[in-house]
Amino acid sequence: MTMRIKEDISKAIDKVDSREKIDGSAPFTADIQLEGMLHARTFRASVPKALIKDIRLPELPEGYFAVTREDIPGKNIVKMIYEDWPVFAEKEVNHIGEPILLLVGPDKEKVQDLLEAIEIDYEEKKPVFDFTESVVDFSFAKNDADTAFREAEKTIEKVYETGYQEQAYIEPQAFVGYKEGDTTTLVGSIQCPYYVKNAVMETLAAGENEVRVIQAPVGGAFGGKEEFPSLTACQLAVALQKTDRPIKLVYDREEDMEVTTKRHPAKVKMEAAIDKTGRITGMRSHVALDGGAYIGLSGVVLSRGMLAVTNAYTIENVAVKGDVFRTNTVPNGAFRGFGAPQMIFSIEMFIHHIAQDLGLDTYDFRRRHLVKQGDRTATAGLYRDPIILPEMIEKAVEMSDYHEKKKAFAESDEWKGIGMSFFFHGCGFTGSGESDIIKAQVKLRKDEEDNVHILVAAVDMGQGPKTTFRKLVAKVLDIPLEKVVFNYPDTRYVPDSGPTVASRTMMVVGGLLARAAKRLGEEWEESSEQVVVEQYKQPEYIEWDEEKMQGDAYPAYSWGVNVVEVEISKATYEPTIKNVWSVYDLGKAIDERIVLGQIEGGQVQGLAYGYQEVMGHNNGRIMQKNLTDYIIPTAVDVPKMKSLVMDNPYPLGPYGAKGVGELTLVGAAPAVALAIEDAIGRQIKKIPATPEYIMELIRNG
Amino acid sequence: MAEVTFTLNGERTTVDAPLNMRFLDVLRVKKNLTGQKEGCGEGECGACAILLDGHIVNSCLLPLGSVSGRDVVTIEGFKQTERFRTIQEAFVHEGAVQCGICTPGMVIAAESLLRHNPRPTDEEIRIGLSGNLCRCTGYNMIVAAVKRATKRGEGLW
Ligand code: FES
Ligand code: FES
Repeated sequence: MTMRIKEDISKAIDKVDSREKIDGSAPFTADIQLEGMLHARTFRASVPKALIKDIRLPELPEGYFAVTREDIPGKNIVKMIYEDWPVFAEKEVNHIGEPILLLVGPDKEKVQDLLEAIEIDYEEKKPVFDFTESVVDFSFAKNDADTAFREAEKTIEKVYETGYQEQAYIEPQAFVGYKEGDTTTLVGSIQCPYYVKNAVMETLAAGENEVRVIQAPVGGAFGGKEEFPSLTACQLAVALQKTDRPIKLVYDREEDMEVTTKRHPAKVKMEAAIDKTGRITGMRSHVALDGGAYIGLSGVVLSRGMLAVTNAYTIENVAVKGDVFRTNTVPNGAFRGFGAPQMIFSIEMFIHHIAQDLGLDTYDFRRRHLVKQGDRTATAGLYRDPIILPEMIEKAVEMSDYHEKKKAFAESDEWKGIGMSFFFHGCGFTGSGESDIIKAQVKLRKDEEDNVHILVAAVDMGQGPKTTFRKLVAKVLDIPLEKVVFNYPDTRYVPDSGPTVASRTMMVVGGLLARAAKRLGEEWEESSEQVVVEQYKQPEYIEWDEEKMQGDAYPAYSWGVNVVEVEISKATYEPTIKNVWSVYDLGKAIDERIVLGQIEGGQVQGLAYGYQEVMGHNNGRIMQKNLTDYIIPTAVDVPKMKSLVMDNPYPLGPYGAKGVGELTLVGAAPAVALAIEDAIGRQIKKIPATPEYIMELIRNG
Repeated sequence: MAEVTFTLNGERTTVDAPLNMRFLDVLRVKKNLTGQKEGCGEGECGACAILLDGHIVNSCLLPLGSVSGRDVVTIEGFKQTERFRTIQEAFVHEGAVQCGICTPGMVIAAESLLRHNPRPTDEEIRIGLSGNLCRCTGYNMIVAAVKRATKRGEGLW
């Protein structure tokens, strides 16, 4: 059977990798069995802050060995955006679960027994858990917020808090490694093959050709396999230098929940200056993130959070500050939305609360402040492209009967409520990140049988590029889908097209592929081998000052509206989600069914962030260690959802596509919180809005 | 160590291993049947689900000793059936697969449900799948797939 993509590119096709996943034959990392393979497990700190005085290993039987920082040939630092995270703890430990050494051997259980026999002496220090030690701070401003506040008729100030969220991908962290001659090869569950490769090269002090990284099918990631796998890969790579046998390093669930990066808990202060006409003239904000013990990506998460400060509204005068605080807890990191979920929750609640405090209609108040094309962003960049938010809102209102329901619920004795969020998401890397740091490159190779091979480092972790990239290239070249090949990325063959993050995969990498395909089509010579390479070029008009955080923070924005209806039990205070409606502008869907999957999955994850998923620590020890304690939604928690995607093609995206993956998560938590607030008539300032919190709000009036 | 005999995907099998060995490890390591995944090892996620005498069971909580004399079907065995093909086509059609790590377990859950209730309501499908976690899809597309399988597979269950 051959399939040509004749129709509108949005029309769904069958995902190319579904069948092997349904029958269980797709080889996930943990499924890989190699001859003579050893198993590694990690010995970890049991206290939040201490100097290591002494470590005593038990007698290791033949074939078992320990891997410590002494074995590291290169740097004992995991290379990522900010370099402060040791591969193995140096003389001190800074959080419970910090890796100290690996034990490796043929029998997994025996390795575990030996691990438990390790003795360690600490000199304990006083850990820090509160927001006192700022390690990153940023600020930016637009026009003159202080004057706006001085001249304000009224000012309003509120503080919002958000909790941890665990990615809870169903496949825990996993790598298999082996040596091929001088080359150290790592096969793993990862989002960013080149992040892993670059980190391992630095730890091993190895050259380009001495490290090879291959992506295995990834059993969910959501940011959790962005930077964290670089740490485990470095450890495993060091272990591989001590043996000539393959090694497997697979986390079990408890280990994964206790020690891997999570969404940053945040505290966001918001202040608004209001003039006589009831318009917001100025906004000040401070964003505080709990970074955990090492900075890693926290600075980038902070800046992306801050950039969302005005969300879908235009405010004339803005001043924003933010800090990442170091605490003696597990390091926090990337998670779908990357700072935006915390900020968008805060601003969406705040704008409602302002209207409520002023005695104004929340819907009219928000609509009056909506962003329009040609407006200036919070960093004084330009909203260049058409914005169809008003039409989207109208659709969402119509689909959900928002106004009628709101009225009916207000009159009802039951605790029923409806909430609506408006939101945006910046697509791709911030500012000049794509052109200065990532410098993405893609390659298309045509073989003599005229099969076209896609060579990029973008990873399919469920979100579908194995299908959508093939579809895209087949459509541009007008060749059958079967003639386009896209294997799991292997750094030996694929160029660095950048990490699979930041909703950049289709817009940026897909955009380059579409360009490469167009060129290949123009230069096409039947039955001959041809190679086309494309390199990212920043559109000329984008101007960004990294230092001052001024200008165009993103090349494009996707937009969304979520409406959520809840009912709260008067007996248990438990919220139940009754309905969800949503409308999105993501430019153009490259496959509407795959996009629907992103919408449904992202919304469910975002809703649960708003009311269901509770995680905390006690003296630095994560309290929810498994999926029994950490409750994520099951099929019975999820209502039917109706969603609509409206086309608004972005000129530089392939067929007009913009970012999708994160957009679908960021608006759900405020929508559910607003619905709960509508049901109980109290302002929600904290998520997750648990039954305990709802009860407290009701009791305290 | 002990010898335990049971039926595995239609064939009589004897395994020589400790009685308390997790059956998930027996399947994955001893039998190289890796379609059963380990998501939690604690009976919470359903990624390791198998059919034991026709009922869904999490193999990570099942000791080898307790399968003695019983009938085990894994995804690799179920794959050979018309029912599997019906469920597979429905999953593909509805876009019920994202990362796929939960999917074999979901298929086993669907089979276990339909075997005992060939025409489930939406609500019954949700309850039938509620022992299996999926972090990618938000479930509705999986529910739709099971629904579709019941319609397409009229008479199979
Ligand atoms: S691995 Fe058995 S239920 Fe999760
Ligand atoms: S498809 Fe990824 S967990 Fe279900």
